[in-house]
Amino acid sequence: MKKLTALILGPVALVTTLITLWMGYFVTPADKVQGELARLVYIHPAQAWVALYLSFGTATLASALYLWPRTRSVTADRIAAAAVEVSTVFIALTLITGSIWGRPTWGVWWVWDARLTSTAVLGVLMLGYLALRRANDDPLLRARRSAVFAILTAINVPIVHFSVVWWKTLHQGATVFTDNRHLKIHGSMAWTLLLSFIALSLDFAWLVRARYRVGSVSAANESADLEAALEARRTEAGA
Amino acid sequence: MMRTAYLVALKDLRIELRSRVLLWQVLPFGLMALVLCGLAVGPDARQQSRIAPGLFYLVVTLVALLVINRSSQIESPRGTRTSLLTLGLDAGGVFLGKAAAMLVQLFATATALLFGTTVLLHVPVHAALVTLPIVLLATATLSAAGVLYGLVASSSSSSATLLPVLALPAFAPILIAGERSFSSLISAGSLSRWVLLLIFSLVAYGSIGVLLYGALEES
Repeated sequence: MKKLTALILGPVALVTTLITLWMGYFVTPADKVQGELARLVYIHPAQAWVALYLSFGTATLASALYLWPRTRSVTADRIAAAAVEVSTVFIALTLITGSIWGRPTWGVWWVWDARLTSTAVLGVLMLGYLALRRANDDPLLRARRSAVFAILTAINVPIVHFSVVWWKTLHQGATVFTDNRHLKIHGSMAWTLLLSFIALSLDFAWLVRARYRVGSVSAANESADLEAALEARRTEAGA
Repeated sequence: MMRTAYLVALKDLRIELRSRVLLWQVLPFGLMALVLCGLAVGPDARQQSRIAPGLFYLVVTLVALLVINRSSQIESPRGTRTSLLTLGLDAGGVFLGKAAAMLVQLFATATALLFGTTVLLHVPVHAALVTLPIVLLATATLSAAGVLYGLVASSSSSSATLLPVLALPAFAPILIAGERSFSSLISAGSLSRWVLLLIFSLVAYGSIGVLLYGALEES
């Protein structure tokens, strides 16, 4: 099963992403008001979904599993670390694509809008997580402190969200999940939007899996290096 | 738990009382930062008064970083944490005690800075007095969060530079809520949602601290 997932996940993610791009560029029409700029909707919301919900959810769940003594494992720690790394990339992409949309629409690259600000703050928190992991050499210490920090970051998500929403907002409202449950997007545009969510979620899964494997291999190499160094010392002492 | 909290708070405050780091280093830093903010804004009294709440909370946040660093340094000498662990103290109580001691220090500094804000940045005295309970709430939230972030960062050799990276983004909502509520008091606006946000943050950090401080200490 694991081998099958490894074999098909990457190609499926790639093909889905390519189909999304093809539909976004060639199948869907330009928007009546925003023109070609509206095509960003096929990438930007899906990036935000991965950056803020999927990866945060994965990292928090994996961290909680690590902190719970019965489910504690190196796997949970590595999955959390991989999810946060991928999340940081997606947060950066979300901010960049949002900025590209904001420049012609709002006239500036950056505004102190609620969603932009909260996403940026969460991005800095993610950078903090990565800095924390690099600041500790002891794997157990690193894993436990990173897990606690991930949980703290998770409780920060609603706090940051509401603080900046109440503070100031300019960002447009929901396109799909509106308050009165009426879709604001239809036809090929709606299907492409849906496909983009699936494609980027698959990309996320593939990237987390790849990063997890890199983490496992580098940990194995580190312990092999340590073993080799100890063996060399023993040989020296014996000679 | 409360007995442990009381003992730990008393220990931290006694150390502070003897070393006087707060009085001779932290408070002068806060006042200097406030003066520099005034210089950066310029001599226009109306402009200074308009942005004073934001500057006040910015300085309080910076001061909080120093207090957090100081609080986590108390246990930094080799073997101190291990000794505390072997005492078998309730971890939740230790968290509450450290947070209480930090709150006393931060609130005292913030009150002095608030007085400085009325003098240097022309905030009406009545607004400064009325905002004191909200300052207490904001500093309590900063303290609860600060104890956790301080311990998370303390394990590393670069803890002094790591702490701001970890804590400042998390302090952003507290800064916004504090600034908005202070501004609302000056302009007679509504502040209930900001107070609610501070209460929610305090409860969230307090609960997480009581639950997870033990796991952090053991590591």
